[in-house]
This record gives sequence, C-alpha cells and structure tokens, in this order.
Amino acid sequence: MRKRISFILMIFIGFILYQACKQNNFPFHTEIPYIDTGVNYNEWVLIPAGEFYSGQQNRLIKIDYDYEIMLTDVTNEQYVRYLNEAFKKGMVKVENNKIIGYYPGDRFDGHKHERQIKAGYWIHVPLDEPGVRIKFDGKKFTVDKGFENHPVTMVTWFGAKAYCEFYGWDLPSEIEWEKAARGTDTRAYPWGNEINEHLANYKKSNKLIRKLFGFERGITTPVGFFNGRRYKGFQTEDARSPYGLYDMAGNVWQWTRDDYPNMSDRFMRGGSWANYDYNLRVWSRNSAGPDYYAINVGFRCVRKISEKNNKN
Amino acid sequence: MKFFIERFNFLFKSTKGLVLVAIAMISLVTAIWGTLSGPLAEWGIKDFTVRLLGMKLNPIQREGRIIMLYHAIAMAVIAIEVYFITSIVQMRKHRQSIINATVTIGYLCAMIFGLGFAYFGYKWVFHGLFLFGLSLIFFSGILLAEALWPWRKEYHISSSEYAHTKKGVDLERVAFFTMTVSALGSAMFGAVAGAYWGKGHQTFLAEDLIRIPYKTPFELAVIGHLHIMLTLIAVAITFVVGRWLDFKGIFHKIAMPLMISGIIVITIGVWIIVPYRPIAHTIIYVGSGFIMLAALMLVIYGWKKLIHDRLVEQGINKTGFWQSFKALIHDPIKFGPLWQMVFMNFTVSGVGIFMAVKLDEIFRIWSFREERIVLTGHWHVLAGIIATIILMYYADIIGLKGKIRKWFGWILIIGSDIAFASATVFSLKRLFVKRYFEEPIVKWSMLFLEIGLASVLIILAMLLLWRLFDLFKKEGAWKKEHVSPELDVSKTAVLSGVFEEGKQ
Repeated sequence: MRKRISFILMIFIGFILYQACKQNNFPFHTEIPYIDTGVNYNEWVLIPAGEFYSGQQNRLIKIDYDYEIMLTDVTNEQYVRYLNEAFKKGMVKVENNKIIGYYPGDRFDGHKHERQIKAGYWIHVPLDEPGVRIKFDGKKFTVDKGFENHPVTMVTWFGAKAYCEFYGWDLPSEIEWEKAARGTDTRAYPWGNEINEHLANYKKSNKLIRKLFGFERGITTPVGFFNGRRYKGFQTEDARSPYGLYDMAGNVWQWTRDDYPNMSDRFMRGGSWANYDYNLRVWSRNSAGPDYYAINVGFRCVRKISEKNNKN
Repeated sequence: MKFFIERFNFLFKSTKGLVLVAIAMISLVTAIWGTLSGPLAEWGIKDFTVRLLGMKLNPIQREGRIIMLYHAIAMAVIAIEVYFITSIVQMRKHRQSIINATVTIGYLCAMIFGLGFAYFGYKWVFHGLFLFGLSLIFFSGILLAEALWPWRKEYHISSSEYAHTKKGVDLERVAFFTMTVSALGSAMFGAVAGAYWGKGHQTFLAEDLIRIPYKTPFELAVIGHLHIMLTLIAVAITFVVGRWLDFKGIFHKIAMPLMISGIIVITIGVWIIVPYRPIAHTIIYVGSGFIMLAALMLVIYGWKKLIHDRLVEQGINKTGFWQSFKALIHDPIKFGPLWQMVFMNFTVSGVGIFMAVKLDEIFRIWSFREERIVLTGHWHVLAGIIATIILMYYADIIGLKGKIRKWFGWILIIGSDIAFASATVFSLKRLFVKRYFEEPIVKWSMLFLEIGLASVLIILAMLLLWRLFDLFKKEGAWKKEHVSPELDVSKTAVLSGVFEEGKQ
C-alpha cells in the first residue's frame, strides 16, 4: 500500500515538474486579432491648473499650470513611427539586438542602494526578448499584427523619456499623472470607488480577455478598450477618468519622470493586467531602475500648454 | 444551565480549553478573511463573502484594515503562547488565572472589535474597544513578567540537568522573562507610533516603503515593531517546544545563555533603529545568530531524544542510520515542530540571507512589486510555520493517538511544507524564469500552494468539528481535559510547601 502511494505521489510530482518546466515551449504569439476600440489615441486632454487630493491620505496639492496629457498610453504603432523617424535622424541605434539611445546621466548622491546612472548609451527596447511586439529588419521597425493599437511595452524609462522628448514633450511627473487619473475628488480608481473585471484589464479580468484574444496568457488590451463597448460578447464599462482619460488603471504600468534624490529608481503608476485590484488605485506606486523593461510596463506623455503653443 | 456552565468552565478556565477557543477563533478568521485575497478573490469568492457578511471595503482604508487583521490574529497567537507559558512555567495558580483571564478578554476584544471596526463600517466605539483589548493584553504581559520574575528564591533550581546560575537562578525562566520584557517594550515601540496617527504618522504597510530612502522615525519604529514582535512570537514557541520535549543537559546549558543574549541583542538592535539605523541591522544579525544557534541546540537535542525514546520503546540497543531515521520520524507530531524549525531555514532564513547578500545585484534590479512579493511571502511563511508548530503541540496536548495522530501530523507537515515551498518558489520565480514565460510556474506553484494550504485547513477543520461535537457529549474528551486542565510537561523548577498550589 505504501509503495503504491509513493509511486502515485512520484508520478504526480513528476507530472507537475514537467508541466512547470516545459515553459520554453510556450508560444511567442506574433499575431492576434485586431480590435478597434473607436478611441483616437492621437488625442490629448487638458488638465486645468488647480488643487486636487493626492495620495491615500488625500493631501491637498496645487498644480499651478495647465497641461495636456495623452488620452491613452502610447501605442506600438506610435512608438514604431517614432523609432523609424529617430533612427533616420540617428537619435537611436540598434546594437546587439537592443535599441539604445544617449542619456546625459543622473545626479548621483552615493546613497545606500543607489545605482549610478552615468551619461552614455542606455537601452530603450530589447529586440530579442520574448514579449516584444516591435521587429527590426535592419532598416525599418514594424509591429506584430494585431498589436498596433495596444500600449507599447518592454520599453525602459530611457526609451519612454526619449519618445516624449523627441516630440518636445515629457513624461508626466507623479503629481501630474495622479491629478489626471483622479480629478479633484478623493476617488480610489479613475472611474470611482468600485472595481470589477468590466472596468479594467487586471488580474481578475485576465480570463475574459485571454478568451477574447484566443491567448493562453495574460495580455494587454488595445488602448481605450474599456469604454462601454461590447467586444465579441465581452461587455466593458466606461472607465474614463474625470478628465476623460482611458487606461489610467490597469493594462500597463506607466512610467513617470521624477528623478528623486538618493535613489536611482523611477516610479510607475496605474497597475497592469498582471496585478490585483489594489495596485490599480490612483496612489499605488511601482518602481524600478530606468533600464527596467517588462511586458506590463508602458507610458504616456504630457505637454505644457505653452510648449504646445510654441510648437504650433 | 449546568450544561453551559461546565462547558464554559472548560473553555475559559482550563489551559486546554483556552487554547482550543483561541485556535478556533484564529481558524474562523483565517477561513473567512482568507477568501478576500489571492486566487480566491480572483475566482469571485471575495465578492460572495463581502456580500454575505455585509462587509464594507473602502479601497482607501485597505492598509488600515490589513493592519487590524494582522493584530487580530497575532493577539490570539500571543494569547495561546501566554496560556502555554503560564502552564509550563512554575508559578502560583492565582497568578496564572489572572494572566489568562486578562489576556483572554484582551484578545477577544481586540479580535472581535478590531475586525468589526475595520471591515464592518468604521464604528469608532469598536476602535476604542479594540484599543482596550490591546491594552489588556499589554497589562497581562506586565503580569506575566511579574509572575516570571526569575530572581525569587522559590523558583531557584538545583538540578544539574537544567541551565542555572551558581546561585540557582533558572536560566530558562530568565529566557522566558527576557522575552516577555522585550515583547512589552517592543509593543510600546509600535504603540507610540500608533498614538501619533494622524499627527505626523499615517497608516502604511512596511513592505510598501522598502525602496524609499528616507523613512520617518515613526515609520522606522513601526517597521522595527513588527519585525521584533514576530521574532519574539517565534522565540516563545521555541521555548515552549523546548519544555514540551523536556529540553535539558549540555545543549540546554549552552542554548539558554545564547537565547537570553540573542533576545537582548536583537532588542537593542531594533530599539536603536530610529536613532542609529545604519548599525541596527548589524546588531540584529548578531542577535539572530545567537538565537538560531540556540534553536539548533534544541533541534539536535530533540532529534536525539526522539530517536532514543523510540528505540527504548522498541527495546533496541544498537542501531544503524536507517533504524535511527525511522525512529526519528516515527511520531510526526513530535518530529514536526523540530523539522519545521529546520525547514524554516530554507524558506525563511535562507531566503532572507540570500536576499540581503544579493539585494543590489538581483532584487533591486527587479521591479518593486516583485521584490515586495518576496518580502510578504517570507514573513507569511514564518507566521505559517509558527502556526503549524502550535497545532502540532495542540494535537499532542489533546492526546491524538495511533493512526489519527500519524495522519494529522504528516498531513500537517507535508501539506504546510508543500505550501511554504511553493510560496517560496512563487516569490523567487524571477530567478529561474523570464516574465513572459512565468505563467506555468505561477499556475503550478499557486496550485501546489492551494493544495498544501487546503489539506492543512481541511484537517484543522476536521479537528475543530470533532472538538465542537465533542462538547455536546456528556463524557467527551473535554471532560477529561477539564479534569486535567494543565499541560503535561516536566518543569524546570520543583516547588514544595507554600508553593505547592502552583504545581500542576
């Protein structure tokens, strides 16, 4: 009897180990069905100057200038368009299957655990990593089919900042990002205080979204997906922030620009498809080094009104 | 009426009954509140629980709720340890009764009103009663320290078996006393910061601040508080296991001074974290080293004893490795606690040391959220290991025998270790697999985690259901336990005369 139980137990453990270890056979997925959300991801939204409640403790903070922020995260299509332009101008280059660009370096305070970010070429996007939706044939960057209107991911803080600066914009500061997500009241999520799988792409909605895209794993949704539309039986709710922004909670973490003293990490906001609901609250933070990239990290840009006028 | 009075007396006036009530309360809270997070939340069970019980979960108060929940469970665990200590350490009966009554009212108030406040609508009177409960527990700690005062002559020992000073001061009693005093001071450390809530101090979870270079003195105090309290809970249960196994001899004589010094050094390290943060960690590491070495002494002694006792029982004089090994694992209920202490090195201490050594090289390269998973996994596993050790001792206290004892013991060991190992693999997954490929390892480690936890919870539920039905029997197990309410251990101090009343 004991031998039989041991035998069955060993078979079971072996099966589990096999299942866990056969991960390298997992498909890369270079094509998915394109879903049009009807949202124009080239639009910007005005955030007027004024006070708002910041953080979990609702500290009243004033931003004394108007600014505009992108309606959605930067998409793969937008990022590839930028890469092709920047590549032609020599502002980014490809070395060892990595898109790299120059960064002038951070101030280094020598604090414990602080990494020195020196001036030089830093990674923007790896091209040989699984999960990257951007391809390069030696001359031109392209996007995997169906991912055009998904948020760009696997982009480092350097890559995100370079994109925004290329057009004369910048990454939002944490405060700018938070005000755009929360508006002027004390809500926890951009749309209110409750959350469910029809409002955002996060851990709980993974199952429904995988089914929609015929994907075996968690995946980003096209920007502006949660807008009240119905997609092949998947009903979404309108999840815009008080200023009308999409995807300010879930889908991908968004880089912010602040470089704080005594640390090299940069902060991200908004939570992602891989996170539980509490990570999606407007004050939740994530952080990593500026050369960090992941399949659930993206960004959007801001511009000051004066910058826009100057450009015009 | 007599029916209720008898049961009430058993449940609230005997050590065995009090431990049963506290375990049942913790199990109930774990069963309900466990549905609010992790995969169970993902599967929609959280929504069901919230609707069914009418919980009010404002997202802005999540951290505060979790802190109340931790305190609610921790207070019951502390109560269990107090019951153990008052029963296994020699003290006057009336002292034991007062301490037990105070801690019982304290943890029940803290648990019921704390959770009532945090999860059912923020009624401030509940918060007041929660604080009242915590204060009672603190007061019971003062009473316990007084009862444990090791320099009373009547508690001096002369037996050469146990560690003692030249004057006869029982070093094990000193260790219990030091642990209690350290716990009282360390509780104050958290309480002072808590008293400034809203006046410069805000609710936070320690794991959320790990990458913030500057922390306020209150934040440092709270971080120190939670670390040392869990450490002291672990130390206390180690002492209890030692007494359960009648820890004595040369290992006892080495271990007790190590334990006492370890507690004092760790306490100094934690208490100076606010003014002298840079050196605090080094001091804490030294203290931890002493305590871990002392725990190793207990494990060596305990394993030798288990092998010896079993071989004597079998009438075997000479034996080889295999027979010794079989003797060692013969009784999972007694083998389990010591094994869990060893296993802890792989899932808690080992991970912690590895993390400290490779922090900048590996863990700070990951995103904060991923580092946070390792941290929370790390201390959840330690808390879980302490819980399994308590359950194993309880299984012994209530006299589980034969096959039921073996099944209970092995399911508890294997189930919990599978769960803890899976949690460790899950939290460290980035070491072996890239993000894009992590889904299989996440899926399977979570499945194993759930299987392990479920098996532990099922046998615990079965045990508690048996105890519940047993209470309705006229001559059930409860009756026997009521007649013999104290824990059956060899105490270090043997009293006589006027102190006879303290003997169990």
